[in-house]
Amino acid sequence: MFYREAGDFKTSYVEDGQTFPIRLDRWGYYAIVFIAFAAIPFLINDYWANAVFVPFLIYSIAALGLNVLTGYAGQVSLGTGGFMAVGAFACYKLMTAFPEINIVFHIIVSGGITAAVGMLFGLPSLRIKGFYLAVATLAAQFFLVWLFNKVPWFYNYSASGQITAPERTVFGVAVTGPHTEAWAKYMVCLVFVFVLAWMVRNMTRGTLGRKWMAIRDMDIAAEIIGVSPLPAKLTAFGVSSFLVGIAGALFFAVYLGAAEVGEAFGPQKSFLVLFMIIIGGLGSVFGSFAGAAFMVLLPVLLKNLLVGGLGWPTDLATHFEIMLVGALIIVFLIAEPHGIAQLWRLAKEKLRLWPFPH
Amino acid sequence: MSDTFFFAVEVAINGLMAGVMYALVALGFVLIFKASGVFNYAQGVMALFAALTLVGIQSGQIPFAHVINATFGTHLSSFGWNVPSLLAILLTMGVMVLFAILVERLVLKHLVNQEPIILFMATIGLAFFLEGLGDLMWGSEIKKLDVGLPQGISGTIENVTHEWFGYGFFIDRLDIIAAMVATVLVIALTAYSRYTKQGRALRAVADDHQAALSVGISLRFIWVLVWSIAGFVALVAGIMWGTKSGVQFSLSLIALKALPVLMLGGFTSIPGAIVGGLIIGVGEKLFEFFVGPMVGGATENWFAYVLALVFLVFRPQGLFGEKIIERV
Repeated sequence: MFYREAGDFKTSYVEDGQTFPIRLDRWGYYAIVFIAFAAIPFLINDYWANAVFVPFLIYSIAALGLNVLTGYAGQVSLGTGGFMAVGAFACYKLMTAFPEINIVFHIIVSGGITAAVGMLFGLPSLRIKGFYLAVATLAAQFFLVWLFNKVPWFYNYSASGQITAPERTVFGVAVTGPHTEAWAKYMVCLVFVFVLAWMVRNMTRGTLGRKWMAIRDMDIAAEIIGVSPLPAKLTAFGVSSFLVGIAGALFFAVYLGAAEVGEAFGPQKSFLVLFMIIIGGLGSVFGSFAGAAFMVLLPVLLKNLLVGGLGWPTDLATHFEIMLVGALIIVFLIAEPHGIAQLWRLAKEKLRLWPFPH
Repeated sequence: MSDTFFFAVEVAINGLMAGVMYALVALGFVLIFKASGVFNYAQGVMALFAALTLVGIQSGQIPFAHVINATFGTHLSSFGWNVPSLLAILLTMGVMVLFAILVERLVLKHLVNQEPIILFMATIGLAFFLEGLGDLMWGSEIKKLDVGLPQGISGTIENVTHEWFGYGFFIDRLDIIAAMVATVLVIALTAYSRYTKQGRALRAVADDHQAALSVGISLRFIWVLVWSIAGFVALVAGIMWGTKSGVQFSLSLIALKALPVLMLGGFTSIPGAIVGGLIIGVGEKLFEFFVGPMVGGATENWFAYVLALVFLVFRPQGLFGEKIIERV
C-alpha cells in the first residue's frame, strides 16, 4: 500500500529504461539528493562532518569501487587499502608538484593513476581465481604500503615520512588544509559521490556491467557465449581502482589532512571496505552506501554507548567493537548473504502489501 | 670459503627455521580446507587466541577481568594461583575443542551449501570475533609465554660448526625444537589420517561430501573433529610463536603469511604446506639479505606475497595442489 507501482504506466522506451522506473523510488531519490545538497551543508558542524558524513561519503566511494570488482565482477580483492594509498600518494605528489592546478583535477588524475596500478595487479586474475586471487591481492596491499614507506620520493623526503595536504581551494573556498570548513569538506566529497555513483549505476546496467556479471557467475560459460575475459576483468579492475583511488585521495587530502601510510592504509582498511560491501550487499549500488553507513555509524554509536553510557575505557570499547563486527558479519552471512540491500528489497515487497496480507 | 658465504648459509638455515613456523600455521589451513572446503582465514587468530588462553590459564588470570572491572567498578585481576604448563596446555586444548564445537553449531551448520567465498568471508568474521574476544578475555598487553621450552642460541652447534668450518653458526634452540615438533606433527597427522577410522572418514569427506554422507559418515562430527585438530595445530603454533616473540597481536599478522605459503604448496597438500613454508622462509630471508639493503630493507613484509603471486601465474594450483579442472 505504501510502496506501489500501480498507475505508473510507461509510454516510451526511454521512460521504461530509466534508472528508477518506479515513481516512488524516483521521488525518494530526488528527495535524498535535495536534502544532501541543499539542507545538510547548512546544518552540518565539525563533529558531524568529521565523525559521520565525510567518512561515510568517502567510504561509500571505496565501497562502490570494491563492489564493482567483487560484487559485480566476482574478483575478491584484499588490496583496497593499498590502492587507496596509491590514490592518496598520487594526489599528494600532484598537489605539491602542480600547485596552480585545481585540486579536483588532481583527485581525478590520482584515480586514473590508481586505475593503471590496479589493472597491473589485476593481470594475474586471468590465471588465478577465487581464494588464490584474494591472497594474491594481499601482495598489492603489502607491497604498495612498503613502497610508499621506503621510497622517500613519494613523501617528498619529509623527515617524519608523513604526507600533509597543503591548502588548496575550489572556487575560492578552502577544501584541504587546516582551515577547511565542515561544509566545504562535505560538499567536495558529496559531489564526487554523486557523480561516481551515477557513473557506476549506469555502467553496471549497461553492456559492461552485464559482461562483469557474466564473468562473476561463471567465467568459462561467459567466455563461451562471447564475453572476452581479458577486457572484462581488466575494466573491472580499472574502474574499481579508479574509484578506490579517488576515495584514497579524498581520504588523505580532505578527511585526514595528514597521513602515515602504514597506519591509514594498512590491511585493516582493506578488510573494513570488504566488510562494508558484505554487510551492505554484494553487487548493489545501494548496498555500498548502506554498508558504508553501517560501518561508519557502528563505531560512533558503540563509542557513545559504551564509553559515554557505561563508562568503559576506550580500548575495551574498541575490542568489543571488533568482536561485534566479526559476529555481525557471520550473522549477516547466515541470515542474509545478500546484505542490507536484500533486506531493503524484502522490506519493499512487504510494504507493497502491508497492511493487507493479499 | 669466505665469511659472506657462511653468513648467507646461516641466513638460509634461519630462514628454514622460520619457514617451519609458517608451515605450522599453514598446516591448520590445509587440514580444514581438505575436510570441509573452508578456507579458514581465522587460523592465525586461532593461534593467537590459543596462546593468549594458555598464558591466561597458566598465570591464573580471571577471564573478562577488564570488562567486569569496567562495568562493576571492581578490581579483579587473577585467581592467585599458577597452573602447571602441561595442565594449562590440556585445558587450552579443551577450550579449542569447545571453540570447534561452537563454530560448527553456530556457523558452519548454517552455511552448508553456500559458495566457498561466502564461507571464506565468514571465517574473516570469525577471525575478527576471536581477536576481539581474546583481547576482552585476557587483555591486550604483550604477554610472555614460557612453557619450559629451551631458548637462546645453541652453544653446542656454534662450537661444533666453529671447529668444522671455522665459522660458528648462530641457531636458536627454540627453532630446532620447532622443527622437530613440526616433523612429529606431520608424521602423526599423516599416520592418523591413514590408519585410524576417523582418519579414513576424514579422507572420505575430503574426497566427496555427498558420497561420504551416503555411507554413513557424520559430516558434522568430522567438522568438529577437524576444527579441533586445527585448534590443536594452532595451539602448537601459538606456543612456538608466543615463546619466540611474545604473545601479541602481531602473531596473527605473522600467521597471515601462511597464506602465500599455502598458495605455493597448494591448498590440499600437507607436504605442500611444509615445502611451501620452507621455500618462503628461506626465500624471504635470502632476499632480505642480498636485495634488502639495496632497496631500504623490510622486504620480508611483502616478499612472500609477491613470490606467491608470480609463482601462481605459472602454476595456478601451487606445487602439490590437485590440478584444477573446470566444467561449465
